[in-house]
Amino acid sequence: MKSIFVLAGLAALLALGPISARADDLTLTLKNHKFSPSEIKVPANKRVKLTVVNDDPTPEEFESHELKVEKVIPGKSKGVVRIGPLKPGRYPFFGEYHESTAKGAVIAQ
Amino acid sequence: MLGALVIVFREVIEAGLIIGIVMAATRGVAGRGRWVAYGVGAGVLGATLVAFFAGAISEAFQGAGQELFNASVLAIAVVMLMWHNAWMARHGREIAAEMRQIGAAVSEGVKPLTALAVVVGLAVLREGSEVVLFLYGIAASGTTGMALLLGGILGVAAGAGFTAFTYYGLLAIPTRYIFSVTSWLIALLAAGLAAQAVQFLNNAGVMVVLDQTLWNTSWLLSEGSIFGRLLHTLIGYTERPTELQLIVYIGTLVVMYALMRIARHQPRARVTAPAE
Repeated sequence: MKSIFVLAGLAALLALGPISARADDLTLTLKNHKFSPSEIKVPANKRVKLTVVNDDPTPEEFESHELKVEKVIPGKSKGVVRIGPLKPGRYPFFGEYHESTAKGAVIAQ
Repeated sequence: MLGALVIVFREVIEAGLIIGIVMAATRGVAGRGRWVAYGVGAGVLGATLVAFFAGAISEAFQGAGQELFNASVLAIAVVMLMWHNAWMARHGREIAAEMRQIGAAVSEGVKPLTALAVVVGLAVLREGSEVVLFLYGIAASGTTGMALLLGGILGVAAGAGFTAFTYYGLLAIPTRYIFSVTSWLIALLAAGLAAQAVQFLNNAGVMVVLDQTLWNTSWLLSEGSIFGRLLHTLIGYTERPTELQLIVYIGTLVVMYALMRIARHQPRARVTAPAE
C-alpha cells in the first residue's frame, strides 16, 4: 500500500520535474529584431514569468493582446513579463516596432 | 515609410481620441484651447523624459516599474475624468444654456479644465513615450532613417487629423445633448482606463486576484485591428477580459454615476440665476 504512494509520488515528481526545470528557464531573446526561440512552451493554468532579453541596440515593445501584455524593453536590456494563468493554447506575441520580423508565440500546455 | 506611419498613427490616435472628446466636452468653456495645449505640451515633454528614462523606470521595483508607472498614470486619469464629470453634472446645464444664448460662452470652468488638461497630458505622455522610443530606434539604426522618420511625422499629422475629425464629429451633436453624450463617453473612457490599470497591476504582480479570463471575443473583433484599438480606447474594449477587469469596469461606471447624481443634487450656491 505504502509503495503505491511512493510510486505515485515519484511519478508526480517525474512529471513535474521537466515543467519546473522549464519554468526557471523561460527566456526569450531578441536579436536582429527576431525572437529566439520563436515558440516557447509554458505550463497552462499557472502564472509564468518570462524574461525578455533585448540584445538589439534599439528599444522594442513586447506586445500581445492574447497574453494581455505590453511592455517596452529598452535596447541592450531585459524585461520581466508576467503572464497567465493561461488555458492550453497558442498565444502569439510580437515586437510592435518591428512587427514584420519580431514575432513568436507562447504555447500553454 | 508606410510601416512607420502606421505604427505612429496607431499610437497617436489613442491620445487623439481622448483629446477630441475632451475638446468637445469643454465646448463653450473659456480658455479650454489654452489648457488643452498646456496638456499636450506637458505630455510631449513628459513623453520624452519617460522615453529617456525608460531603462530606469523598467528596472525599478524589481522589474515592475513600467507596469506600476502605467497603472498610476491611468489611475490619475480616471480620477480626473470622474472629477470632470461630477463638475459637469453640476454646471453643464448652465453652460449649455449660455451657449444657446450667446453662441460662445464665458464660464467659470477652471476646475474641469485643469483636470482635463491633466488627462490630455497623461494620454499624450503614455502614447507619446512609445512614439519617441520608436522614432529613437529609427534614428539610431540609421540607413533608411529619413524615409521612416518622414513616415513617423506623417503618422503624427494623420493622428492630429483624426483628432480634429473626432472633435468636429462630436460637435455635430446638438448643443442640448452634447454634454450628456460627452459625459457618457467620458464615463466609458474612464471605465476602460481603470480596467487597463488593474491589468497593469496584475502584470506587475501586485494584484494577482480574479485573474481568470472570462471570455474571448477575438474572433469577433481583434484588439490589434484599428477598429479594435479605437474601441479599446473609447469604451475599454478588451477581447479577453479578466474577472477583475470586468468588476473594475462596472465599478468605475457605478462610482461615476453616483458622483454625478450627488453633484447634481447638491445645493447650488450662486449659479442658478444670472443676476438681473
